[in-house]
Amino acid sequence: MNHKIKSIIPQLLTLLFVVAVIGFFTINAQLNMDERGIDFGYGFLSQESSFDVQFSLIEYDGSHSYAKAYLVGLLNTILVSVLGIIFCTIIGVIVGVARLSPNYLIRNTAAWYVEFFRNVPLLLQIFFWYYAALRALPLPENTEPLFGVTYLTVKGYYIPRLIWENFDILLYSILAAIISIVFIRNYARKLQEEKGQQLPVLLISAGLLLLFPAITFVTGMVQLEVALPVLKQLSKTSFIYADGISVPPELLALVLALSLYTATFVAECVRAGIQGVSKGQKEAAASVGLTPNQILKLVIMPQALRIIIPPTTNQYLNLTKNSSLAAAIAYPDLVLVFAGTALMQTGRAIEIVSITMLTYLTLSLTISLLMNWYNKKIAIKEK
Amino acid sequence: MLRTFKNLMYLLTSIALLVSFETGAFAAKKSKTLKKTQKMGFVRCGVSQGLPGFSNADASGNWSGVDVDLCRAVAAATLGDSGKVKFFPLSAKERFTALTSGEIDVLSRNTTWTLSRDADIGLTFVGVNFYDGQGFMVRKSSGITSTSQFKSGISACTNIGTTTELNMRDFFNSKGIKYEPVAFEKADEVVAAYDAGRCDTYTTDKSGLAAQRTKLSKPNDHIVLPETISKEPLGPVVRQGDAVWEDIVRWSLNVMIEAEEYGITSANADSMKSSENPAIKRLVGAEGELGAAFGLDNDWSLRIIKQVGNYGESYKRNIADTGILPDRGPNQLWTKGGILYVPPAR
Amino acid sequence: MININILKPNSDNFQTYLYIGSGFIFISIFDVILRSFFNLNFSTSLPGILNFFLPLILGLVGFQMIRLEYSGNRIVDKINESVNNNTFNAGLTLLIIFLTLIATPPALNWMIFEATISGDTKEACVATKGACWTYIKVWFRRFMYGMYPNDFHWRINTAFITLIGFAFVGYFMRGKLKNYITFYYAIFYPIIAFIIINFLISGGSFGLEWVETNAWGGLSLTFIVSFFGLIFCFPLGMILALGRRSELPVIKYISIGYIEFWRGVPLITVLFMSSVMFPMFLPSDAFVDKLIRVIAAIILFEAAYVAEVIRGGLQALPRGQYDAAKSLGMGYWRMQIFVILPQALKLVIPGIANTFLALVKDTPLIFVVGLSEVVGMLQMAKTNPKWLGYAMEGYIFASILFWAICYAMSKYSQYLELKYKTER
Repeated sequence: MNHKIKSIIPQLLTLLFVVAVIGFFTINAQLNMDERGIDFGYGFLSQESSFDVQFSLIEYDGSHSYAKAYLVGLLNTILVSVLGIIFCTIIGVIVGVARLSPNYLIRNTAAWYVEFFRNVPLLLQIFFWYYAALRALPLPENTEPLFGVTYLTVKGYYIPRLIWENFDILLYSILAAIISIVFIRNYARKLQEEKGQQLPVLLISAGLLLLFPAITFVTGMVQLEVALPVLKQLSKTSFIYADGISVPPELLALVLALSLYTATFVAECVRAGIQGVSKGQKEAAASVGLTPNQILKLVIMPQALRIIIPPTTNQYLNLTKNSSLAAAIAYPDLVLVFAGTALMQTGRAIEIVSITMLTYLTLSLTISLLMNWYNKKIAIKEK
Repeated sequence: MLRTFKNLMYLLTSIALLVSFETGAFAAKKSKTLKKTQKMGFVRCGVSQGLPGFSNADASGNWSGVDVDLCRAVAAATLGDSGKVKFFPLSAKERFTALTSGEIDVLSRNTTWTLSRDADIGLTFVGVNFYDGQGFMVRKSSGITSTSQFKSGISACTNIGTTTELNMRDFFNSKGIKYEPVAFEKADEVVAAYDAGRCDTYTTDKSGLAAQRTKLSKPNDHIVLPETISKEPLGPVVRQGDAVWEDIVRWSLNVMIEAEEYGITSANADSMKSSENPAIKRLVGAEGELGAAFGLDNDWSLRIIKQVGNYGESYKRNIADTGILPDRGPNQLWTKGGILYVPPAR
Repeated sequence: MININILKPNSDNFQTYLYIGSGFIFISIFDVILRSFFNLNFSTSLPGILNFFLPLILGLVGFQMIRLEYSGNRIVDKINESVNNNTFNAGLTLLIIFLTLIATPPALNWMIFEATISGDTKEACVATKGACWTYIKVWFRRFMYGMYPNDFHWRINTAFITLIGFAFVGYFMRGKLKNYITFYYAIFYPIIAFIIINFLISGGSFGLEWVETNAWGGLSLTFIVSFFGLIFCFPLGMILALGRRSELPVIKYISIGYIEFWRGVPLITVLFMSSVMFPMFLPSDAFVDKLIRVIAAIILFEAAYVAEVIRGGLQALPRGQYDAAKSLGMGYWRMQIFVILPQALKLVIPGIANTFLALVKDTPLIFVVGLSEVVGMLQMAKTNPKWLGYAMEGYIFASILFWAICYAMSKYSQYLELKYKTER
């Protein structure tokens, strides 16, 4: 009995405290809103937004609803996050491996890169890229081409646009290639288990991935045209490049800063992962006659990945949350479009900020849950 | 353990009491905001983060501008000293939330009066202290002299969270021009982006263009196009729900304009007490009981005129003499061909 | 085949190979030096691509020629081992050397030789092609102290020096006093800090003029925000970590909810809430200073991260520790305070230091809600019409500043990690 009370009272007190705090805030908000004639509701989401956004992945203009504007912002956030994740992974893996390189210069260059970019605040890096580096670029009419057909200007990075005909057929062909690869892999495993023969699966897979789409091209089902950026005059002294795709400098700066910053953390994860696999494993694998490639693929990688993936996912999550700094440099992400312009035009601060926070919360909780599930799946099952 | 529990209950009851006290006992008083302002000893005034002529801070943090003068007038009326203002520089995005949440009590930040803002989001506009319209700025060298020369592909820098963003869309849509809006949160960043060539044109209220032009590296290389694409009545805003406070701010503005109409200036205000004209005598507090209606003393309007000056003085000091917009245009008294016309203070 | 044999040394002819190889390497590096420092190029007669890649080719050949295991020469062995163990590494080595050589002259020119630091106005910089450090010089006080009145900067300095002084008190606590060291840092020190900052920096009494918080700024504001953040997020994080490990379901789930909520949202939205929306949630008469609200938001936010780090430490402790403490008849709090926490905290010191580092790096975000710490002041200086066009200098200055602070912190945390690793 005594024990029961002892455990109930603190719980009750905590609960009361939390309820009291939340209640206090809610009551105040209610009173203040009543007094100031502000109503609460999400009806505004279906109203016409009547503002345009710099760029959007889906069709959008001011005649669409606020809900659509929200979607535009969310997709832009996802776009910059995905780009950032891709680049930070590439840089992070290279730098992480380089930190373990036997080459003294490489090792130390990588170490300096990590020490520098990790210890400068991200906002400062974003500002540096956007306001100092990219702002110093030349105007479109004075720009020398980069890689022949692309132009890096103060107004953005202009790259050729690919114009596909029957793009869906290409997608189907890739899908077909992937399905056949799965079959071949299964067959190869069976072959290995039953007869001990090995198939060059990787080679075959790569070949199939190239072959199937290539057929669609050769037969003329799918066609690809490239539209090069062409200088277009708007007035006596203002020019742009038309026809190509324009990557706005805001996106460029954000992706650069996010990936260079996050890559330092990814690099540390990769390094820890590789170092975490004991040398004995490698030697043992070699002694049973595995080739160096097999050792890497079958022994080192699975173990290293187990150490690398959880903290790296955490970094990806951080990158996604950090992408909200976009608002400081006019990149139209969720915070700028929705918690910025839309909030301003409707004045519904509580509703909009709560939706924004909830969106980020959902994003990170989903990834965390997936992560936990994955961790459980790959955890070494000890007896 | 029981003791803790008792204490907590005590705390909770007192919080509950406090909440009910807030809503019950004080609800009857005349103006909560006025009372709070007098208790704090300063007026909390939301201004821009730096727009010469309207609200701009110098290197030592002294604010000046016509928007600032309005807040000073409110302080002179309610606290007796035009210096008792605390300025909150706000971005366009933050301004309404800061006002409705109670962070500030007056928003005097070149804010356009529109129906949805007035009716929908817990705000009340109290008047117009500057009649404006949206325009465009371009580089002189571009050869553009009219908005009809704009072509598709143009990029336009502007402030996020303003009516500018909406007007711009209407304008470009009606002309069938495809454009790239680049919206920054801080006005200074918009100017810097335009200056660096990020955008072909910079659009905002024409007064804003004239003021921001002074912040460009070479102001004379840029021109403001003659077209005006919208009506932008700029004025101070208060929270909904405190009608008395709303009246105080409204009449602080009106008194400044009316004082100009009757020729009362900060220099001659005292001597005007012995004027023959009853309208003037009312304005300088020598006749009538105008202040009592707000719960203020009778010298409130005299203090505004003496400490801040009339509208014309404020305009001249902040906008005309600084070379931003020497010509008053529509912001001239109705008696002199403008549209400044305020209800009589009586 | 014959090519490879030519380039492959053996122990007999190594001396010859060493001379020729070193010669090649020397020529290749010398060529790059000439090109970058003196703008000379002695191989222009060669076709374009060959001319461009000549140093790389020469260097690679050179490295190929001196690569021999156990050559007998100590220096050569060292080089082979560290930068020349295969062709790929040799190529990378050369690339790094070349890039450094190419990047050095323009960087040095810009930063030092063509830069200017004289004068007090922009005019001093108009003629120079390099960096304009005059800009930093003129704005230096603003970057350090924000809009805080110049005459009172001594107050900020004094406050910080006093605070550092009080921070070292624990170091001198000996004997019986040592038992109170935690108490001192957890409760007494924050109070002292608050009093000092309140009276000295904020002022308003003892004849010191009141300086309102929106005049505070620059690096000193960064310090104030991170300082209070550090002091208060730690105890809160500790309570949350214990809460999350608690066996009482209500406390556990409330802690989990709190931690996951704060870890799931971006700081920028939290700051926006605290700076412009929070007064909506207070009685309409209440007034809390914006700076305090923002610091509180940062504390609540970072506490969730600290909690997760401490939880890691708690989880790493073997079950036996809990059982042992319980078998001694210790209650929950006695067990936590005297047995569990001291061990768990020791385990997670590096993690906590990393979180603190993250907190310091997060402080520039308060610029987004209108408080001007260093980055905020930079943005302000950058758009000042008299000083347009010197953004680069400002960002480099601030980067170096932050880098120095954060690098020192991270090195200190690594030192602590080593120290506690050996003690265990």
